[in-house]
Amino acid sequence: MDTRISPNASFHTDAVKLTLLQSSGAVPLEAIPVLDYADFYDLLVERLANPECHCLTYYGFPWRNEIRCLACIADDTHHTVEVYAYALPKSDNLRLEAISEKIPAMHIFERELAENFGIDFFGHPWLKPVRLAWNRSDLSQTLRNYPFYAIDSESLHEVGVGPIHAGVIEPGHFRFICNGEEILHLEIQLGYQHRGVEHLFVQHKKLTQRTVLAESIAGDTAVGHTWAFAQVMEALMHLQPDETTELNRTLALELERMAIHTGDMSALFVDVAYQLGSAVLGVLRTPLINFFQQWCGNRFAKGLVRVGYSPYPLQPALAEQLDKMLIAYKARYLQMMEHALSLPSVQARFEKNGEVSLAQMQTIGAVGMAARMAGLARDIRISHPFGNFRQSPIATHLKEGGDVWARAHLRHDEILTSMQYLRDHLPKLQPAVQNIPTSYPALPAEHFALALTEGWRGEICHCAVTDQHGEIAHYKVKDPSMHNWLALALACRNLDISDFPVNNKSFNLSYCGFDL
Amino acid sequence: MQILTLVLILLASLFFIGVINQTKSFVSGRKSPNPWQPLKDWWRLARKSSIYSRDTSFIFQIAPTISFASILCAILVIPFDNHKGLLSFEGDFVFFAYILATGKFFLILGALDTGSSFEGMGANREALYSLLVEPALFILLGSLAMVTDHSSFYDIFTAMHFNTSVSFLIGGLSAYVLVQVAMIENSRLPIDDPKTHLELTMVHEVMVLDHSGFDLAMLQYANALKFSMYGMLIFNFLHNIELWLPFKILMYFGVQYVFAVLIGLLESFRARAAMQRNPEVIFVLTAMSILIFFGALILMNKFSI
Repeated sequence: MDTRISPNASFHTDAVKLTLLQSSGAVPLEAIPVLDYADFYDLLVERLANPECHCLTYYGFPWRNEIRCLACIADDTHHTVEVYAYALPKSDNLRLEAISEKIPAMHIFERELAENFGIDFFGHPWLKPVRLAWNRSDLSQTLRNYPFYAIDSESLHEVGVGPIHAGVIEPGHFRFICNGEEILHLEIQLGYQHRGVEHLFVQHKKLTQRTVLAESIAGDTAVGHTWAFAQVMEALMHLQPDETTELNRTLALELERMAIHTGDMSALFVDVAYQLGSAVLGVLRTPLINFFQQWCGNRFAKGLVRVGYSPYPLQPALAEQLDKMLIAYKARYLQMMEHALSLPSVQARFEKNGEVSLAQMQTIGAVGMAARMAGLARDIRISHPFGNFRQSPIATHLKEGGDVWARAHLRHDEILTSMQYLRDHLPKLQPAVQNIPTSYPALPAEHFALALTEGWRGEICHCAVTDQHGEIAHYKVKDPSMHNWLALALACRNLDISDFPVNNKSFNLSYCGFDL
Repeated sequence: MQILTLVLILLASLFFIGVINQTKSFVSGRKSPNPWQPLKDWWRLARKSSIYSRDTSFIFQIAPTISFASILCAILVIPFDNHKGLLSFEGDFVFFAYILATGKFFLILGALDTGSSFEGMGANREALYSLLVEPALFILLGSLAMVTDHSSFYDIFTAMHFNTSVSFLIGGLSAYVLVQVAMIENSRLPIDDPKTHLELTMVHEVMVLDHSGFDLAMLQYANALKFSMYGMLIFNFLHNIELWLPFKILMYFGVQYVFAVLIGLLESFRARAAMQRNPEVIFVLTAMSILIFFGALILMNKFSI
């Protein structure tokens, strides 16, 4: 943590103290200067105009008698996170100028603020509800009167898909406006799985309860989310996990990435009805996922990440087993993928399917895979290194084209890179013992903490605020899907409606991570 | 012995889908389901009563029955080698094509009757692909009628003799076109994917989403029946020797089995075509039928190269 006077003379106020954090950190809440909204607006618009900066999260919470709003901006050049704040009185008719008008990527955060606190952001294109949270400010907004976009035309028709998914995965409603088989517009409405995760973090006081909750934010990103939660807690408690713990978490994160990417490649082949590819990759995913069972007793790596320590440090004997498994995996995987990706019928389905441009992804503030597949370099492992990525960086991949082909190839490259990273670091593991802390320090009063990780989908950001007694007063989760669902909607413009499922799968965004 | 064709087709339909599933499982390294599983499924469905949406009319209720009946009627005109089918008359191949089309027409009406946007989409696609596949089938059958100078299935097949290289080419091409037409008519790869769970990509499957119980059993069994019907046609192309009847029957089941395995293999090693490319895939079949047509002209010395 570090505070400094802004060197940038063009900032409006004479001396704005910038609160700077690394990939994780905690600061006293009062160290974050509360700006006027006008200054906040100018600062954000100026910072976000820089393509190296993007907004990690921007949210509000009730603080004493007001609403405190925080915006966290990641600066990829300086590897820092800047925190800006402003305060609003609790009132029924709050009107603020929308930042979205100038920086469209902020649209989702302003919609969320509008939904939760009834703030009217004027100039915002459309303040429709984000997830219909149970504690939203206007309870008359429901799924029944959701303001869907409609085009009045005799020649167009609407196709509504969901909320029950055909494969009974997670619920979400997709409404297409089509001209024959061509999609003109896709509107995605989520919120069916809103569980009140952020509220539950405050409600449940025990650390174990909270950790298990973090594991359940998105079942397919257990390591990513739990690690972010652990970092928040460790930052607040000033705990520095030892190297073994950091290495264990890093390896788990990369193994999770490999396993999910492999399963997704299989699912991509299912959606284009390429049976051999889907069957072989489905088989290959199993040993990866099952290895977690041997490692920590759960196939989805639940229980592997705990605050301050590593409950199941990977032992050299087991690591050797993983290495052998990876060697066997690699041979079979490469054999299958080299064949599958050169198959004309697969190429015909993947290439030029659901294209998005770099400029579009920049505009909507896409993160993680959805950014990298269009050539936008956003990877927290590189820009804000955490865990073992600080000592030994991992390679990141960029693709051009932004189509299903790019998304499939990005997965392919990331699988191979993660595998190499795992194999390079497995021999470094020493026999280790569980180093369970006997007690945890109390959380400091009135602090703000933030943590970033790069899950397989992209950047995960967790924030916590403690009250005057050192209890968590507010917890904020941001899954990469928050930014990226719009990318899917853009990819579907002028697409054949039968190509939607393979596009949806190629993004594979989280419903529950978004709904919270 | 005119009932023989019908009996043989019904028998082959019992194992056809099971063999396709077995093949697909085998080549993808999975344990295959019981080959008689489709039979058990049909039996399970057939004992259930159907549920009808309040928004549908009688069209929806009669559509599966008409569709099934149309396939049974179409089977009646198909001969088994030199044994006539139950019906045989001049121009019966036209009857064959259009009685099938009638069944499909009612199925499409039934799908539209539900008012579901999915089913409307599926009906639209099915109508388009059936429309496009018609020229391929008719140019093929027309060419054969021209070569043999007959217009009933029985006469065409008994009059057909393979003796020149051009006629072998015609036989081979015809078998290929028929296999592909059978794949399209039965909603298989590359036009449709019978295994997909995604309504937006479905063609035939989405049209039967609202059917249940006995109706669904009929529709599912109709698929198997259609397959073995095309299998019988292909067998008729390949026969050209006078054999002892039991041998011929054995050979028939062999052809049906190989046909089912072939479909399983064709579906296993490729991805499905993009929906907007499907018309091109079907046009290629029409082009091949035109090749058969010119081959026939050469055979009859009406056209020289």
